Amino acid sequence: MSEHTEHQVDSALTYVLVFLGLIALTVITTAVAFVDLGPFSVVAALAIATCKMLLVALFFMHVRHSTRLTRLVMAGGLLWLAILIFLTLGDFMTRGVVGIPGR
Amino acid sequence: MASHSESLALREQFDTEAQQKEASTLGMWIFLITEVMFFGGMFLAYTVYRSWYPHVFAVASSSLNVYIGAANTVVLLCSSFTMVMAVRAAQLGKRNAIIWFLILTLVLGGVFLGVKAYEWNEKFVEHHVPGAGFHFEGVPQQGPAQIFFSLYFAMTGLHAMHMVVGVGLLIFLIVETRKGKYSASYMTPVDLIGLYWHFVDIIWIFLFPLLYLIDRHLKT
Repeated sequence: MSEHTEHQVDSALTYVLVFLGLIALTVITTAVAFVDLGPFSVVAALAIATCKMLLVALFFMHVRHSTRLTRLVMAGGLLWLAILIFLTLGDFMTRGVVGIPGR
Repeated sequence: MASHSESLALREQFDTEAQQKEASTLGMWIFLITEVMFFGGMFLAYTVYRSWYPHVFAVASSSLNVYIGAANTVVLLCSSFTMVMAVRAAQLGKRNAIIWFLILTLVLGGVFLGVKAYEWNEKFVEHHVPGAGFHFEGVPQQGPAQIFFSLYFAMTGLHAMHMVVGVGLLIFLIVETRKGKYSASYMTPVDLIGLYWHFVDIIWIFLFPLLYLIDRHLKT
């Protein structure tokens, strides 16, 4: 390869292992859904989905080889998503918790 | 996208090829972040309504076929794997391998959309499509049940629309690769469309448990 960039090429084996991990997690999340975990069903489902997202992003989308600037942009994007979710839920979840004076 | 006849050339605003590639990658990630916010709004709407009507959402979710959903997830993960192998082939400059992996990705994407079409058709047959003919047997509250199915159609529909765009991009890549536009020293479009394809896969990774797997144990 030419000297133009430190373009790391991952081995095919790495991708195969990540792929098998993703399939295993899909089977696990489907199986776990049939078990009564009470309120933790959602937690388990989202934790597994987050693991799968990290596998896809880090390996398939090459985030582990990406530059600091690109990572900063991703972190910034996720921060805005967190603001969107937490502020909106902060509103909806607390309605009726605090009384409204005069009503 | 720039004219490909000069694609190997370094554009004058960049110092090095690596910098040019980095700028393209960064631009793609910024686009993907806007997509995250776009889908984020729908996930948020889902979260709010699910917290208001947890029981209706659980019963309505259980009416979806979980095995078809899981199988389709596997199909999409396979397509992500073939896509990353196409990008790897591009990094190594193996043109034939790029084409074959892209064709496999295209076929798997087509299978996913076909299965999705079958599932949507089932909803029409069962009168689970929001609107005048809507009727859901599981719960007395038809309104909240319609909200679940509205979100189901909006979210899977938007996702499928992204898949259709992805299929178009794959066809473009296959044609361009056949013309010999990409090599180990220039494969930015393959790389960036790969990022898009994996992003669409990640959206499905969240849609599958949220739409299909809510409190499954209630039904069994």
